[in-house]
Amino acid sequence: MSADQITNILLVGVGGQGIVLASEILSETCMLAGFDVKKNEVHGMSQRGGSVVSHVRYGKEVFSPIVPEGEGDILFGFELMETCRALSYLKPQGSVIANDLQIPPPSVLMGKELYPQNLSEIIKSHSADYILVDGQGLAMKAGNVKAANTVLLGAVSKKMNIEEDYWLKAIEKMVPSKAVDVNKSAFLLGRGI
Amino acid sequence: MMKEILSGNEAIARGAFEAGCLVASGYPGTPSTEILENTVQYADIDSSWAPNEKVALEVAIGASFGGARALCTMKHVGVNVAADPLFTLSYTGVNGGLVLIAADDPGMHSSQNEQDSRNYAKAAKIPMLEPADSEECKEFTRLAFEMSEQYDTPVIVRTGTRISHSKSVVEFGERITTLPIPKLVKNAAKLVMLPGNARVRHPLVEARMLKLSEDGVTMPINKIDIRNKKIGIITSGVCYNYLREVLPEASTLKLGMVHPLPYDLISKFADQVDQLYVLEELDPFIEEQVKGMGIAVRGKDLFSLCGELTPGIIHDAFYRTGLFPDLKSPFENAASDTKLPQRPPNMCPGCPHRGVFYALNKLKAYVTGDIGCYTLGFLPPLSAMDTCVCMGASIGMATGVTKVVSDEEKKKVVAVIGDSTFLHTGINGLMDMVYNQSPATVVILDNRITAMTGRQDNPASGFTLMDSPTVAIDFPMLCKSIGVKNIRVVNPFDLDETERVLNEEMNRSETSVIITNKPCVLVKREGVFQKEPPYTVSEEKCTGCRACLKIGCPAIEWRTSKDDVKKGKAHIDALLCTGCDVCRQLCKFEAIGGVN
Repeated sequence: MSADQITNILLVGVGGQGIVLASEILSETCMLAGFDVKKNEVHGMSQRGGSVVSHVRYGKEVFSPIVPEGEGDILFGFELMETCRALSYLKPQGSVIANDLQIPPPSVLMGKELYPQNLSEIIKSHSADYILVDGQGLAMKAGNVKAANTVLLGAVSKKMNIEEDYWLKAIEKMVPSKAVDVNKSAFLLGRGI
Repeated sequence: MMKEILSGNEAIARGAFEAGCLVASGYPGTPSTEILENTVQYADIDSSWAPNEKVALEVAIGASFGGARALCTMKHVGVNVAADPLFTLSYTGVNGGLVLIAADDPGMHSSQNEQDSRNYAKAAKIPMLEPADSEECKEFTRLAFEMSEQYDTPVIVRTGTRISHSKSVVEFGERITTLPIPKLVKNAAKLVMLPGNARVRHPLVEARMLKLSEDGVTMPINKIDIRNKKIGIITSGVCYNYLREVLPEASTLKLGMVHPLPYDLISKFADQVDQLYVLEELDPFIEEQVKGMGIAVRGKDLFSLCGELTPGIIHDAFYRTGLFPDLKSPFENAASDTKLPQRPPNMCPGCPHRGVFYALNKLKAYVTGDIGCYTLGFLPPLSAMDTCVCMGASIGMATGVTKVVSDEEKKKVVAVIGDSTFLHTGINGLMDMVYNQSPATVVILDNRITAMTGRQDNPASGFTLMDSPTVAIDFPMLCKSIGVKNIRVVNPFDLDETERVLNEEMNRSETSVIITNKPCVLVKREGVFQKEPPYTVSEEKCTGCRACLKIGCPAIEWRTSKDDVKKGKAHIDALLCTGCDVCRQLCKFEAIGGVN
């Protein structure tokens, strides 16, 4: 990434998964590292278990807070089907880091449709750089299943050219103090994938 | 100075703090809600939720007349409710600065319409500023307070969903501490708007708007930036930032003040460029005025009147004109051919609304609905809402429907409204219903909180925005006092009781009110919502009859053999289940039960 380019990241998943906090840690990291940063997500109806898309953009100077379709550098998925739904945002050579979690939507819960089984293949066909992460499993290793988002953030961090120190500082600032240590080790576990 | 990443809403709160604002009042509404949730952190600002936007604005007007700087916040449709005081406030002007935040929702991410608030600025003859990012949200809020006092006018700051909820870097300033101390000052000729006084004030309003238009020419927030002289684009707000990336070479006139327009600055800009465009979301507000100046301009022939604009839409529209050879061809959406199940929002597991809608569906009621989480009762499988127009409309509409349909159909008419919405504007409808003797039934879904916008307190929750305990409105007593004779309180988790009471009251030939008494599962305050141990499904007893799926609870999953969606059994997610007991009552085979 050259200094004047903008990096486009999308964080997608289901309302209630903690996507907003993850995108806030990510934005904070970018700011601490000296970049201009803008982020956006839509609140309101989407909080009631609907799809959530959070846009984070950083670079020397960022104008728009939303990522244009087809220009996403990194698609960061917290849930498999939502990751697949957001593929249209991704650049042809973009990276996908996805949690292998499946959360059935209402139509699947009610037995009207099946949860699609070929999602990983679809994602692979759109991205040459696709990593599927066992977020929950690694979070348990780090000491708390709730830290899955931070594991994923660690995996995403490897795709971004920002020093580890800024990430850890952002986690310290954004996460409640008693959860900092668990989240730091979860982050480093994810970064080690 | 300290730098933070703030949302537009957080930055507006910060701007109000720095401007020396002393009073902030509003009613929750996406995307405006978080402004007051953030003014609360500043102890110097008295922050409060009002029962509706009209009251909120009146509180702010009172504070302004008392000499303080006052902030009032609401979403775009809230301005409809506050329009009555707003239009006359334009005549009185202010004492302490008064800033109204109107948060539009182009694209209707969480709204029932996408009206363009700029039309209010024009109709009420009030200046309007439009920030383009969080830094401008803070700066424009500060500036709006200054302008309000300088020009003796309320000032509206218009945001939109993408401004209010985007975050970007903001540099903090100091709070102004040199403002006069509020005190009572009588000035009837300015503040008592009887015809004789108002006739004197109106010409002052017109003169003020002319002066603002002239002064707008030199205001630093209205900026000409000449780049390629072939293309000139007049724009404002978030569209400016989209444009900077789509057509970085274009010359721009960025308007920080969108009403009144600085006409002379527009002429000057038009003279310097070959092709003039206006880039604006929703209505051709700027475009029509530029055309009215006799200047050739393009706008809504390229961009839709409907929905929000995005960098992609702007890019494609300019590309299609064929006038921008440097633009690459539009992005082909390669992923769109993948059909995935939709994921609409849903009521939470344990939501007390679910049982009510299940019963209404079963009773084939004609439900006039209202605005809140319970509007989701419209969605399958509950499918029990027939109308939703605006805050408080359910009750008045139920009265109207019962005026015209047959006696048999009258019995089917039920208005459903939440606690906060009832106190917002529903109560007036209920007065009318009792007064004019409609036989309809009203269900007040009292879940102790304004839930949809993210759990805000209201006059029935027992707490203020600043978290101090206060009086809680007693709904049965309130209804009784306005003349409702038939008032029932039900436990919405008891399906038989809920259905029986609904059926009895629907069949009654006079107004009745049913109040549900279970709290929202999201209320965090201690002692309000109590989670019970999760339920389980017995694999042996479950026959796969799907009765429990009819309530659409996210905690209940239909588990199938991978190939046949029809065959399967119900399963309850122990992490999501709150033990509300509703699904157990639907199971004829006693397959669902508590832990013990």
